[in-house]
Amino acid sequence: MSVLDQAWELAPQVSVRPEPFGALLYHFGTRRLSFLKDRRLLAVVEGLARAPSAREACAVAGVGPSDIEAYERALARLAETDMLRERTS
Amino acid sequence: MSVAVPLVEHFAGGLDAPICLTWELTYACNLACRHCLSSSGRRDPAELSTAEAKAVLDELQRMQVFYVNIGGGEPTIRPDFWELVDYATAQRVGVKFSTNGVRITSVVAERLAHSDYVDVQISLDGATAEVNDAVRGEGSFAIAVRAMENLAAAGFSGFKLSVVCTRHNIPQLDSFQALAGRYGAQLRLTRLRPAGRGADVWDELHPTAAQQHELYQWLLAHGERVLTGDSFFHLAGYGEALPGLNLCGAGRVVCLIDPVGDVYACPFAIHDAFRAGNVRDPGGFAAVWRSSELFRTLRGPQAGGACAACSAYDACRGGCMAAKFFTGLPIAGPDPECVKGFGEPRLAAVEPGSAPRPSPDHSRPAGVPVTLGRR
Repeated sequence: MSVLDQAWELAPQVSVRPEPFGALLYHFGTRRLSFLKDRRLLAVVEGLARAPSAREACAVAGVGPSDIEAYERALARLAETDMLRERTS
Repeated sequence: MSVAVPLVEHFAGGLDAPICLTWELTYACNLACRHCLSSSGRRDPAELSTAEAKAVLDELQRMQVFYVNIGGGEPTIRPDFWELVDYATAQRVGVKFSTNGVRITSVVAERLAHSDYVDVQISLDGATAEVNDAVRGEGSFAIAVRAMENLAAAGFSGFKLSVVCTRHNIPQLDSFQALAGRYGAQLRLTRLRPAGRGADVWDELHPTAAQQHELYQWLLAHGERVLTGDSFFHLAGYGEALPGLNLCGAGRVVCLIDPVGDVYACPFAIHDAFRAGNVRDPGGFAAVWRSSELFRTLRGPQAGGACAACSAYDACRGGCMAAKFFTGLPIAGPDPECVKGFGEPRLAAVEPGSAPRPSPDHSRPAGVPVTLGRR
C-alpha cells in the first residue's frame, strides 16, 4: 500500500523548525536531522495529523497531480526514518 | 517537487538560528592534550555563571536550536554541569557532550542511558594506549575505556567514540571501528585543525597526503556508518562527495560559544579575527547570531582567490578557513591540506613564525600536577 493511503502523524520525539526554504526536522531518539525542501511539504507534514490519509493532506496543502509522486517519495523517506508514525485513528 | 535554489545555498546564506552550536562550558580540564583546539587547562575566572548559562539556554530554546554540543575543557568538571544538562533537556534542548570520560562512572552512565535528550561523545585519539596517550596524556586511554565500559554496561547504545585523525592513528581506522563496535558505540572521525595548541603540533600530527587519500577511501567505504561532523569537506576535491553537507558552516549554520560567552564563527577559530560578539552583549546570543558584522560577511559571497580557477573548487570550496588562517595562508586560496597539492608550496613559502597565534591561551604551565576533587 502506498504511503499516501495511510494516516500519519509526526513522531512525538520530532521537533520541527520552519525555515525560509522549508523546514528542519530533528528526531531526539534517532538523533537524526532531516530537511523538508519546500514550504508545501512542510504544510503537508503539518496537516498529516488532521487528515484521514496522506493523500488528503497533500490535497489540502494544494499539491497537484503532477507533483504527487515527489511528495509520495518524500513522505516515504520520512516514514522510513521514523520521523512519521502511522496513525490508527 | 521543484527546488529553485539548492539547499546548500540556503545554508551558505545563513539561517535564523544555528543548526549546530558548540558551547565550550569551561576552559578547565584534567588533561592537557597536545592538540587541544581551545588551549584548555585552567578555568577562566570570567566563566559564565550558572544563571548566565541558563539564560543562554532559554535563548537557544526560543530560537529552536534542537541541540547543543557541549565541550570544553572538560565540561563535566564544572560543578553545575548536570544542573545545566537537566535545565536544557527539560525544555527540549538536546545535549550532546564531549568528554574524556573522567566523570562517567557507572552511576552517571546509568542515568545517561535513561535520557532521550542526552548524547555522549568519548574522545579518544588512538586505538591503543600507546598512540592515544602520546597525544592525550598518560592514563587517558584507560579513563576513556572505563567510561565506555560503564556506558555499555548501563545499556547506553549508540554513544559516540570521537577521534581526531592524526598521522599516528590513520593506520588504526579499522581498529577504531572495532573498538566502537565492542561497546555498541558509533564512530565519529574529525579533522585535526591547527587551532589552539593544535597550531604547535600540526606539522607533526596532520595526516600526510597519502594518508588523506587513504582516509577518503575509507570514508567512502564506511561513510554511512561513521559520523564526521562534515569535517572533511576538503576531501571532496578528490572527486566524490562524502556524506554530509560538504560546506563550511562557520557563522552560517554553526558557531561556538566559549566559556566566557564569546561567540566565534566555529569551534576551530578561537581568535579575535573570528569573534562575532559576546552573549553578555545587549540582545544576547540571538543578536550576535543575527546581526554581527562578521557573520554577515561570512554569509555573503566568498572570494575563491587562487582556487576559483580550479576544477575542484565547487566540491571543496577552498577548504577550511581556520586551517588556512592558523597556518598563515590567505583565506581566499587553497587549504593547507588541499588534495590537489596546491597548499604545500604555499605553506613552504610562509615565513616561520608569521602565522597568527591562537588566542586566548588557558594552558596550564608545564609540570603542574592536576588533582580533581571528588564529587
